[in-house]
Amino acid sequence: MATLDSKVPKGPIKDKWTDYKDQINLVNPANKRNIDIIIVGTGLAGGSAAATLAELGYNVKAFCFQDSPRRAHSIAAQGGINAAKNYQGDGDSTYRLFYDTVKGGDYRSRESNVHRLAEVSTNIIDQCVAQGVPFARDYGGLLDNRSFGGVLVSRTFYAKGQTGQQLLLGAYSAMNRQIGRGKIKMYSRHEMLDVVIVDGKARGIIARNLVTGEIERHSAHAVVLGTGGYGNAFYLSTYAMGSNATAAWKAHKRGAFFANPCYTQIHPTCIPVSGDHQSKLTLMSESLRNDGRIWVPKNMDDVLAIREGKLKPTDLSEENRDYYLERRYPAFGNLVPRDVASRAAKERCDAGYGVNKTGEAVYLDFAAAIERYGKEQAHVKGLDEDDKAVIDKLGKDIIKAKYGNLFQMYEKIVDQNPYETPMMIFPAVHYTMGGIWVDYNLMTTVPGLYAIGEANFSDHGANRLGASALMQGLADGYFVLPYTIGDYLADDIRTGPIPTDIKEFDTAEKNVTEVIDKLVNNNGTHSVDYFHKKLGKIMWNKCGMARNEKDLESAITEISELREEFWNDVKVPGNADEYNEELAKAGRVADFLELGELFAKDALQREESAGGHFRDEYQTPEGEAMRRKEFQYVSAWEYKGAPKDAVLHKEELVYENIEVKERSYK
Amino acid sequence: MGGFFKSSIGRKVAMALSAFFLMFFLIIHLAVNITSVFSEASFNELAHFMGTNPLVQFALQPVLIFGVVFHFVMGFILEIKNKKANGVNYAKNNGAANSTWMSRNMIYSGLAILAFIVLHFIDFWIPELNTKYVVGDMSGMHLGEFRYYQELVEKFHSHIRTIAYVLAFILLGLHLAHGFTSAFQSMGVTAGRKKTLQNIGKGYSIIIPLGFIIIALYHHLKYVLS
Amino acid sequence: MKLTLKIWRQKSANDKGKIVDYKLDDVSPDMSFLEMLDVLNQELIDKDEEPIAFDHDCREGICGMCSMYINGRAHGPDRSITVCQLHMRSFSDGDTIYIEPWRASAFPVIKDLIVDRTAFDRIQQAGGFISVNTSGNTQDANSIPISKYAADDAMDAATCIGCGACVATCKNSSAMLFVGAKVSQYALLPQGQIEAAERVQNMVSQMDLEGFGNCTNTGACEVECPKGISLDNIARMNRELMKATVK
Repeated sequence: MATLDSKVPKGPIKDKWTDYKDQINLVNPANKRNIDIIIVGTGLAGGSAAATLAELGYNVKAFCFQDSPRRAHSIAAQGGINAAKNYQGDGDSTYRLFYDTVKGGDYRSRESNVHRLAEVSTNIIDQCVAQGVPFARDYGGLLDNRSFGGVLVSRTFYAKGQTGQQLLLGAYSAMNRQIGRGKIKMYSRHEMLDVVIVDGKARGIIARNLVTGEIERHSAHAVVLGTGGYGNAFYLSTYAMGSNATAAWKAHKRGAFFANPCYTQIHPTCIPVSGDHQSKLTLMSESLRNDGRIWVPKNMDDVLAIREGKLKPTDLSEENRDYYLERRYPAFGNLVPRDVASRAAKERCDAGYGVNKTGEAVYLDFAAAIERYGKEQAHVKGLDEDDKAVIDKLGKDIIKAKYGNLFQMYEKIVDQNPYETPMMIFPAVHYTMGGIWVDYNLMTTVPGLYAIGEANFSDHGANRLGASALMQGLADGYFVLPYTIGDYLADDIRTGPIPTDIKEFDTAEKNVTEVIDKLVNNNGTHSVDYFHKKLGKIMWNKCGMARNEKDLESAITEISELREEFWNDVKVPGNADEYNEELAKAGRVADFLELGELFAKDALQREESAGGHFRDEYQTPEGEAMRRKEFQYVSAWEYKGAPKDAVLHKEELVYENIEVKERSYK
Repeated sequence: MGGFFKSSIGRKVAMALSAFFLMFFLIIHLAVNITSVFSEASFNELAHFMGTNPLVQFALQPVLIFGVVFHFVMGFILEIKNKKANGVNYAKNNGAANSTWMSRNMIYSGLAILAFIVLHFIDFWIPELNTKYVVGDMSGMHLGEFRYYQELVEKFHSHIRTIAYVLAFILLGLHLAHGFTSAFQSMGVTAGRKKTLQNIGKGYSIIIPLGFIIIALYHHLKYVLS
Repeated sequence: MKLTLKIWRQKSANDKGKIVDYKLDDVSPDMSFLEMLDVLNQELIDKDEEPIAFDHDCREGICGMCSMYINGRAHGPDRSITVCQLHMRSFSDGDTIYIEPWRASAFPVIKDLIVDRTAFDRIQQAGGFISVNTSGNTQDANSIPISKYAADDAMDAATCIGCGACVATCKNSSAMLFVGAKVSQYALLPQGQIEAAERVQNMVSQMDLEGFGNCTNTGACEVECPKGISLDNIARMNRELMKATVK
């Protein structure tokens, strides 16, 4: 088994990044003008990288499948972005942010990368404010912070519930400035379909113009992937409909190792599925668990009566309710970490206690909080604390002030008033910690091919903390890649433009065209969605919140059979030379059908429970996750022709600055 | 500056400025004419002053003509440009769901007002110019008395003319109902001042046309009933 | 419920296009509008017909991709939402629903319900930014205090999702709410002052160049905007342009 060189610089962790920056090669401004860089994806990572590299003087070509770079799914992030500014004077520091992130990742991330992330976090806030990002402020005019789950300080900066949107629009504005100057050439409604490798280096891509269907060749001295995660392998997720793993998977097939594919974060508070027509899941902020109590009925009769609409949840007496999180985790109660809350909901629903038509929902109840707040307010205002109507009104006002927009969103989707009846929630896939393996420079195992943001694996280990996805995307794009890529490109100043009329491009284009021809001429019987939904079911049932050997083995078989069926029987209407969404979707699902199998294989191989990866066989007698010392490594998979033949490479994880401990929430 | 008035916003501002001038003129015009309801002598005096004062005749009057013509021509130019920008029409469009009828039909209320102005010029302005500058009679007298009041009253003997006037003023009211606040919005007035302005706008767009309608009906009814 | 859908079909930018009728049975009121179209597309694929092309991505009302004129209104009958947040319970059994693309000369149709909104990107490229390079040593974020009210107003302007409903609903196809919102965001913040004059001039002149119409203050855009962007932003842009001109 080959070992991977993570290229982590020597020296104390506090000085690694600074010393490293002082020593790496630079490209002089005149030479940067002769170097082209391709960036695929224009979310926080890709957008910020494109803008920064163009400012430095490189010629950037940026690609996104959406109609504008502003629509990348980073835009949907709600909560905020962490930074160790210590503006609140509550003892925050770079080390604490580093520590919290490594611990939150269940000791499965690379120490040096996380420390660098914590170091540059403060620069991100400075940069964004300078760009005109309207972060929330207090009455003194200074930046406001909120606190987020799992940490002891307030270090989260936010812009209402739309932090991701504002940060993305900041990066987009920086890109626009460079597009206006001609330093970025923007290719929107384009999808990357292959990486072109010349003499062992990434030298370009093959892309399809989604409007005309034209297959295009683009060359560059380096290729950067900022293409996000692969959660849509589950079909239903909080990802955007178009979010896909095609670029990452093609890179994997061309030699980039894929790391820890099984690490997936499943968020506990999403709006449940309402029927087979469901296309997408919507997240309800985690903050709701501060005031909501989670429960299902104790008795099966009540469950059935509720499902048939004969019984209202509000009519069920306290003793007939099972507040299962409070029962199982008396210390943390409803505020247990995301993975624990998600698994507990699944356990109840698997046992048959789900409260909606599909049996996949639990209640998140605010009645107790309304009463508590109402009594408090009545006391404060000197009103009758026993008057039910007064308490009810005052309590609802407080809840409205705290969560009004979320309650409104819920009502729009579900058509039930959450002030009067408990919300129904269920876990959903919303982030993937795994991704393309990268070294300290963010370079993949293919020279000249980089991966940034959610597309790489590096910083979150087995579980991501709230408000750190935005931080990582912008850190990579604004402050890390622009330095480290120079070290590689310094050797390319005399290379000159990379031609696209060479045999490597011919071959790559031919491969892409063949696949497209196969898809549009397949004349099968089932639509792309039919296969995608089937894959999603397998992934959710067998590679979801809790996994075991038997299920994973059958998942591997089922996915590979489904893949075969797909290639024999998929039906793609329309032609290749026009706008054809079904064709684009078909290509993406074909890749998910391979990635899904590797996902299951990775989950099967990892015989431990860590963060988002929970194996039934590896739990403590109390049902808690059992991490195993012998699995303290990154699993980086090398492509060998089929997912089942992928070869495992291990990067051992060494913790010199943090003591590896157990997590407990009881 | 020239570039400014070629821009879309510059044209808006120009429309608003000409509108302000015309709205100011309407106040003066009403103030003069309403005296005809109360006092024949006052009306005659005021009319004579306005009709013979060189400042009014040779400074304000040309500006007013220019203002009227400019407001109409610019209105048409913008309408044509906007039609072009709009491209294909919707098969189904529910404009009433998000905007007032007045705001969507300024061009039609404007056209009706234009037609009225043509009638109004034929009625008063052209004969007036003829008497003063072609015939050369600057006295303002007819048979030893001021002629202004009599000329005014005579026009409102006709049913048809009176109805035409009343309808035109209703359309003017509708035009102003949107135009008043719109002009301020174009000039960049926002937020706190908006509510007050909307109320003033409502008052203005009702009182001014109503005043003219009262004058027309007063003289007409006086004639019909006498 | 059963529905009759009258949907604009247009093969490509150069095709003439026409309204085509579709019948859809068994629509659940819990479906989102886009999920209803997914079901229709599935039926079309099964019948070997070409599915209806429409833009969509996040399906949670923030990306701004979805764009349909439904029964004569941008994003359909409900207020403060995008099409993806519209649910079928807003309609009744037996309804006929018109579905058309955004109409504006500056938004040419690409296919069926998909239009080209890159004009918006080009306006932003003309000046919708603050010229600050990325460096590790920008001044500290708290070195310039900004009044909470200004920051909140800037945030309200910045929530624009660039969907184009304002243009689609405007009888003049004016883009002034979109441009006004971006101009306002920067005009309200001290960081945006340095380039304020050039910014508004460049953005307005690009807006005119793209062929958007002129604002006649009907206020329809504010009503149909899924994010409730205020008309005040247009007034502020007008002021900013006047200020920039007399400077």
